[in-house]
Amino acid sequence: MAYKGHKINPKKFEKSQIKIILMVLPMVLLTGLPIVYIIFHAFKPMEELFAFPPKFITTNPTFDNFRMLFKNSQTAGIPLSKYVFNSILITVSVVFSSLIISTAAAYALSKLKFKGRVLAMNINQLALMFVPVAVMIPRYLVVNVLGLTNTYWAQILPLIPLPVALFLVKQFVDQVPDSLIEAAYMDGAKEMQIYRKIIIPMIKPAIATAAILVFQQVWGNLEASNYYVNDDGLKSLVFYMNTLASTTTTNTVAGQGVAAAASLIMFLPNLILFCFLQNKVMNTMAHSGIK
Amino acid sequence: MKKITKIAKRERSNRSGYLFLLPYALLFTIFILTPVCLAVILSFTNFNTIEFPEFVGFLNYINLITGDEIFMQHVLPNTVTYALIVGVGGYVLAFLLAWALANLPKVPRTVFALILYSPSMTAGIAMAVLWKIMFTGDQTGYINSWLMDIGVINEPIIWLVNSTYLLPIVIIIGLWSSMGVGFLAILAGILNTDESLYEAAAIDGVKNRFQEMIYVTIPSMKPQMLFAAVMQIVNAFQNGQIASMLAGNPTPNYAAQLIVNHIEDYGFIRYEMGYAAAVSLALLLIVQVFSVISRRMFKED
Repeated sequence: MAYKGHKINPKKFEKSQIKIILMVLPMVLLTGLPIVYIIFHAFKPMEELFAFPPKFITTNPTFDNFRMLFKNSQTAGIPLSKYVFNSILITVSVVFSSLIISTAAAYALSKLKFKGRVLAMNINQLALMFVPVAVMIPRYLVVNVLGLTNTYWAQILPLIPLPVALFLVKQFVDQVPDSLIEAAYMDGAKEMQIYRKIIIPMIKPAIATAAILVFQQVWGNLEASNYYVNDDGLKSLVFYMNTLASTTTTNTVAGQGVAAAASLIMFLPNLILFCFLQNKVMNTMAHSGIK
Repeated sequence: MKKITKIAKRERSNRSGYLFLLPYALLFTIFILTPVCLAVILSFTNFNTIEFPEFVGFLNYINLITGDEIFMQHVLPNTVTYALIVGVGGYVLAFLLAWALANLPKVPRTVFALILYSPSMTAGIAMAVLWKIMFTGDQTGYINSWLMDIGVINEPIIWLVNSTYLLPIVIIIGLWSSMGVGFLAILAGILNTDESLYEAAAIDGVKNRFQEMIYVTIPSMKPQMLFAAVMQIVNAFQNGQIASMLAGNPTPNYAAQLIVNHIEDYGFIRYEMGYAAAVSLALLLIVQVFSVISRRMFKED
């Protein structure tokens, strides 16, 4: 029988998929185990942290490590809720503004013709490749000159333009067929309408992926809290978790549990967002009417 | 007639293009482009972060090429090894895994994708906590304890100080965390491939899944392939976090010192920002060369 071509994105489970699963499984286990380990470690009581030989699985899970974490924040003067609030405020503002301006810029760079667009794209690419540590101090100087130091703005504005996000979204806009845009244009649509009614719905997988990316960058960003603000009341959750994990605890065995609990808390929002958006990330354009 | 002129007008429609680009361009110029330009200027100066920078011409670059033994003997070879294995290996792995996942139904695919991507979400503190405990140098470390159990070793190995093992460990962790956003983009790209292309290819004589991958899947998702390639290159050359978190900076005997660690060493430990900036420009040049190669490979026809 002639080969008929198989289906990407199958609807049902078939026997032929077992060998694919067997091929993928070792890698999945390797990447997954450490995460499982962090979860176990976060719930380990003191005596199991000290156990010798070291144990992987937690036999008597407790919330002790989490309790220690909250206790630490009560003595620190600034309540944990303040850090959580700051992080949410900063993250939400950055993710939304970043997605709006990146998609708009991607549309312009990919589909609208104007002088300098190739140059703009190349500059963006170069900036993406410039190692972040080298611009830390110059960036601090810019934030300082603009008078943003010690404000929420210092933690929001510098993070909004993300060259990677623009690059990613632009690669997907490139795949939107020109004929579709031209047809809409003939029907009298304006650029704004094309952007909102055609581009945005068609690049949802890219927007979802970019959202995950931007979220991660902002949620885990230490630079802004470390360098642009001195006022502890304005700093973010990751800053607090990091000081906790690095200064007081990683060197002692007892502290490892607390540090694992802290990393679990920082990891959870990423996980939830991914689960929430994965449907979009892996959504096929087959449903959006391109064919 | 009216319609044609409209399209002709759109072909030259400058103003709206600038308008759509403006918000991004503005913030980008202020917070990214200006600092990058400042860093470029700094690379021609001697700057200790306290006094005003002093112009020294090409001295930093000359020193980098002729006088920096650590860079030439340790940092550059380490970086090349790391980038080759983690960059190229990670890219191939990301594609193969994404392709395999695309051949699975939705539920197992989602679960596997989540697990494979999870190391990218736990970067930072989690990594330090986790791997430090794993590779603890006495018998309480997990790796040592396991290896002693199965009898591979009799004495615990001091993993993170031993210069034989440090770079391989850093490479393994690098690979572990390399299923990043490039992997997600490839997965989305494969899933977005037009299914009728596969049917057409089968009629044209494509015989198996491998041929499908080469002749149908990859050509139809060049933008995503390019994105993933560039991301992989950038990550392979700019990830110095693993080494410095495990073994500090500088790493023992410079065993796992990568270019980024070298930049951090000069910029934030020795406070020679000018020299650090020069090294980062050299790094930019290397990354750019590789990205031009990958852009040639996935050029749009």
